[in-house]
Amino acid sequence: MENTVIREGMATVKPTRQAAIHASGLRKSFKDSAVLDGVDLDVDTGTMLALLGPNGAGKTTTVRILSTLLPFDGGEATISGYDVACEPDEVRRVMGITGQYATVDEVLTGRENLVMIGRLYHLGKAAARARADTLLHQFDLVDAADRAVRTYSGGMRRRLDLAASLIADPPVIFLDEPTTGLDPRSRQAMWDVIRGLVASGTTILLTTQYLEEADQLADRVAVIDHGRIIADGTAAELKQRVGTERLELSFEHTADLAAARTALGVEDLHVDEEALRLSTAVGGPDEVRDVLNALGQVPVRATDLQLSRPTLDDVFFDLTGQARPDGDGTRTTARAVATEGADAA
Amino acid sequence: MNATLIHHDTHDTRPENARAGSRPGTGARWLASDALVLITRGLRHTLRSPDSMITSVALPIMLMLMFVYVFGGAIEGGIEHVAPVAYVDYVVPGVILLTAGFGAAITAINVTNDMSTGVIDRFRSLPIGNWIVVLGHVVASLARNLFATALVVGVALLIGFRPTASVLEWAAAIGAITLFVLMMTWVSVLFGLIAKTPDGASGFTFFVLFLPYVSSAFVPPETMPSVLHGFAEHQPVTPIIETVRGLLTGTPIGNSAWLAIAWCVGILVLVMPISGRLFRRRTTS
Repeated sequence: MENTVIREGMATVKPTRQAAIHASGLRKSFKDSAVLDGVDLDVDTGTMLALLGPNGAGKTTTVRILSTLLPFDGGEATISGYDVACEPDEVRRVMGITGQYATVDEVLTGRENLVMIGRLYHLGKAAARARADTLLHQFDLVDAADRAVRTYSGGMRRRLDLAASLIADPPVIFLDEPTTGLDPRSRQAMWDVIRGLVASGTTILLTTQYLEEADQLADRVAVIDHGRIIADGTAAELKQRVGTERLELSFEHTADLAAARTALGVEDLHVDEEALRLSTAVGGPDEVRDVLNALGQVPVRATDLQLSRPTLDDVFFDLTGQARPDGDGTRTTARAVATEGADAA
Repeated sequence: MNATLIHHDTHDTRPENARAGSRPGTGARWLASDALVLITRGLRHTLRSPDSMITSVALPIMLMLMFVYVFGGAIEGGIEHVAPVAYVDYVVPGVILLTAGFGAAITAINVTNDMSTGVIDRFRSLPIGNWIVVLGHVVASLARNLFATALVVGVALLIGFRPTASVLEWAAAIGAITLFVLMMTWVSVLFGLIAKTPDGASGFTFFVLFLPYVSSAFVPPETMPSVLHGFAEHQPVTPIIETVRGLLTGTPIGNSAWLAIAWCVGILVLVMPISGRLFRRRTTS
């Protein structure tokens, strides 16, 4: 107990840039397949890192390990200086986690859930009740407070779940895909809450599949793929690496596509011969004009023209250096993700 | 040490009670407090699902009425040579055990519910011993089933059950029933941990419901065909029923009491560590 006081006191008086969440060389295998293959992470106190990656990249596994829910095979991790492997109880006292699936008791009411969890954090009875009241208010759940959670909508459950992880006001919060499956309005509400947390100085590790979400909320973004961090930087840095907007052109005949390809002659050209489409990065209106001018020099007819912003897919193809797979499926998915993000914003 | 001083100087905007309250987490006092919170949760679950409470009380009462009024007349004559008592006095101890066993089995569904939804992750992320979650279910089951048993005994008294027990014998009978409920509850916890879905877990409750039929609950095993007779004489429910029956109505107990205790304690000693290990495995992967 004395120790804790010293730690907290020192940290405030002498503000070092000590990482609130630290992981190095984190490894985890399920049976024979490696899910985490040496994950390194550092989240400075009071900042927010978005862990961006597709399904199965290792996002949830990372969060579950850091929040003591899952044992790991190798590497080391500390939360607020406490060792995840050796001091799980200390770690549990300084962090809260909101998972992808709401982890609240469906039979109890929203208020009963919060008071129960407050009591289990050893707040006094009155303190737990007061804290529950505050959080119900803050998360716009006052009207539903005394209804059983099983009657809640998905967005309400998610908000209650987040409220539950904030009961003891932990300095570190893990948010595992907090907006996946939410409608745009609920997503927006969740974003507002998360922004509020960052503003109050909470350290947050958020996982997401949406570039837009990482962009909107986080100070820094780490991209995870196949259990490894493949990029780490601010959202702006990341986007710069991916390139800016892309201009996409569709054609009716193979000859047109070939002619357009020759006319443009730039290096960064994605050609989809089956779908008769090509796309190229454009840095702004001027470059769009340049591309169209170049096309104007030859007798080709484009049937469709589209300007698209970088998608999560673009990030991945760029960062992993993989060739962009051809075919409609991928592009459709990419656009769907981008559209979803745009709707929410 | 001036560490405390430094701490006071900090401009900590977080609620002081939250910070101070969340620090000490171990010790017997907090253990008891945590257990109380989770037992309250278990009891709330019981009160919020009146249908399961009605099932676990109404079903045994209906069975009791059926056996006493529908089959009772015929059975009474048929078992007179081995059990020369009023059939209502013979059957009530059996029904009590059926009530307690069936009610305890519902614990399996509660445990599976916790394990298959995310709620167990919430408890695991708290600085508490995880097994207290199970303890909450176990104690709630004890309270629930002793209450259900009391209701069944109340109805039995109304339809002519005339126990001859002294206060001491009542106390011993309640003790035996409590031990039985505890044993059945822990077996249910094990089944709840094994089952993947609440539906699967509810299958276990049916198995438990039928166990008393092949015991001395409704008819003396002596009247059964030899194969069933052998099973009925040597399954755990029979000595427990014989003990409770003896305590309440004065029939000979013989070595049933020791057998009952041996069965219950033996099963508990076997099942509790297995459940503990299974719980740990299910909560760390």
